[in-house]
Amino acid sequence: MSAVTTEPMTSPPSGGSSSGSAFLYRHPRLRLTGLLTAPMLWLGVLYLGSLAIMLIAAFWSTDEFTGQLIKTPTLKNFHTLLTGQVYWVVALRTLGIAVAVTLIDMVLAVPIAFTAAKVVKSRGLRYALVIAVTMPLWAGYLVKGYAMETMFINNGVIDWMLAPLGLKGPGLGIPATVFSLAYLWLPYMILPIYAGLERLPDSLMEASADLGASAGKTFRGVVLPMIVPSLIAGSIFTFSLTLGDYIMVKIVGGTTQMFANIIYDNVGVANNLPLAAAAAVFPITVIVIYLLAVRRSGALENL
Amino acid sequence: MNLSKSARWGLTAITGIVLIFIYFPLLVILINSFNASKVFSWPPTAWTTDWWTKAATNDGVRAALLTSIKAGVGATLIAIVLGSMVAFAVARYDFFGRDSISFLVILPIALPGIITGIALNASFNTVLVPLGISFGLFTVILGHATFCIVVVFNNVVARLRRTGTSLEEAAMDLGAGPFQTFRDVTFPAVRSALVAGALLAFALSFDEIVVTSFTAGPGVETLPQWIFNNLFRPNQGPIINAVAAALLLAFIAPVYLAMRMSDGPGRVVQVGAEP
Repeated sequence: MSAVTTEPMTSPPSGGSSSGSAFLYRHPRLRLTGLLTAPMLWLGVLYLGSLAIMLIAAFWSTDEFTGQLIKTPTLKNFHTLLTGQVYWVVALRTLGIAVAVTLIDMVLAVPIAFTAAKVVKSRGLRYALVIAVTMPLWAGYLVKGYAMETMFINNGVIDWMLAPLGLKGPGLGIPATVFSLAYLWLPYMILPIYAGLERLPDSLMEASADLGASAGKTFRGVVLPMIVPSLIAGSIFTFSLTLGDYIMVKIVGGTTQMFANIIYDNVGVANNLPLAAAAAVFPITVIVIYLLAVRRSGALENL
Repeated sequence: MNLSKSARWGLTAITGIVLIFIYFPLLVILINSFNASKVFSWPPTAWTTDWWTKAATNDGVRAALLTSIKAGVGATLIAIVLGSMVAFAVARYDFFGRDSISFLVILPIALPGIITGIALNASFNTVLVPLGISFGLFTVILGHATFCIVVVFNNVVARLRRTGTSLEEAAMDLGAGPFQTFRDVTFPAVRSALVAGALLAFALSFDEIVVTSFTAGPGVETLPQWIFNNLFRPNQGPIINAVAAALLLAFIAPVYLAMRMSDGPGRVVQVGAEP
């Protein structure tokens, strides 16, 4: 053979191909348009359009007697939210819970991710470990919620375990909510950290050890700075999921309210969609600020 | 890393404790589903399989199970089609706005479910209801498909990037058209990733409650909704426990299978980082 062409043939393929196939072959832009039209209608129009309608609805109001939507723009909802002390209390409490959940998950996730990525030598065992921490992600939200209820409820499993020590568990409330949410989102924190550690070359840690650093110093000086983007990627999940959660707090939180309960109750019981839509601006704003703040860290690549 | 023996032991011990922390509550549910007590009690003192029988024959559970399966199948089918279309476009073409499209695909799962839920609720109320389409199973499927697309997309795009284009180019050089190349070369390469994505999409839909509660019409109750609604009713505890235990066992096989078939067990929440 004298010459090998690396370009695909420029003539339409013959023999067995339909004319439609040949036409598509000659028009890559048309193929791309064909691939993107339906998904973009769905995500771009249906989804983004829905988000836009929600943001517009935040400026609507409801008739107090008929419950009908009044589509005249007003800032009433935002005024209600910003001046209501209860909204501030609930918003700050929710942020506090989100921070606590995120920190607990980081502390629990780093050792297990480090063990899986750097300590376990056998490939099979490493894989088994990663599957073991990922599986519960799919075990069912409410199944896990119910499990947490059986743990924390009065005379539940935690009380039973602490009884021999003469202690009693925290019962249902904010601590139970924090712990349960940390339990639910833990895999979301472990996986990005594991992926980050897997990309970290062993030679860096060996070099640090060769230069006389202790294991602890190597961890603080080499490993930790390298997995910061992974920690941030994980925290996007733990933060965003906590801000949006209203179910776990109903199951294990006793009478505690989180911010998403305000949104949920206004759509359901109170039938005040505009106020709910306005309230939804709070978690969106927090998450967008968070995403913008971390964009430079490269964390979004780890999501 | 040259860890001391004690550091190695310490890390292994912490890993073991975290694994117990993850699995112990789930084990409690399995054990307690055989607890003979009519109200919640721990530890069990007498055993029975009654709750499993009662759960299996409960009309509410069966109707909810059927609804969940219908919603899951509908959402998964839409997600397979749309998710793989975007995956092909992103992995095989270079075009303006490609990164924005990847971002748009993960947005429904990056934002809290309640945002997606209320947004869809608002737009269905303003657009669909005036058209005479009321909230029902159909709107649930629309909602679920929106956040299931990302799971199929992730799995397929990772596989497409890994396999590269050389085999497809070879097929084209040998005279195959786009359709034949797709059928004989591309599709077999992505098939297992597609199955993995579909299984995970179904699992995601089957488990979802937040978007569901904002998009379901009256009378439409999925299994997670049934559990949630009965959680606060008296005397339903043991049946809920049996349903939860059954779900736990039912999830293991398909999810394990999906993880083996996808390109990495961590794939589900990772986007774009891999080459």
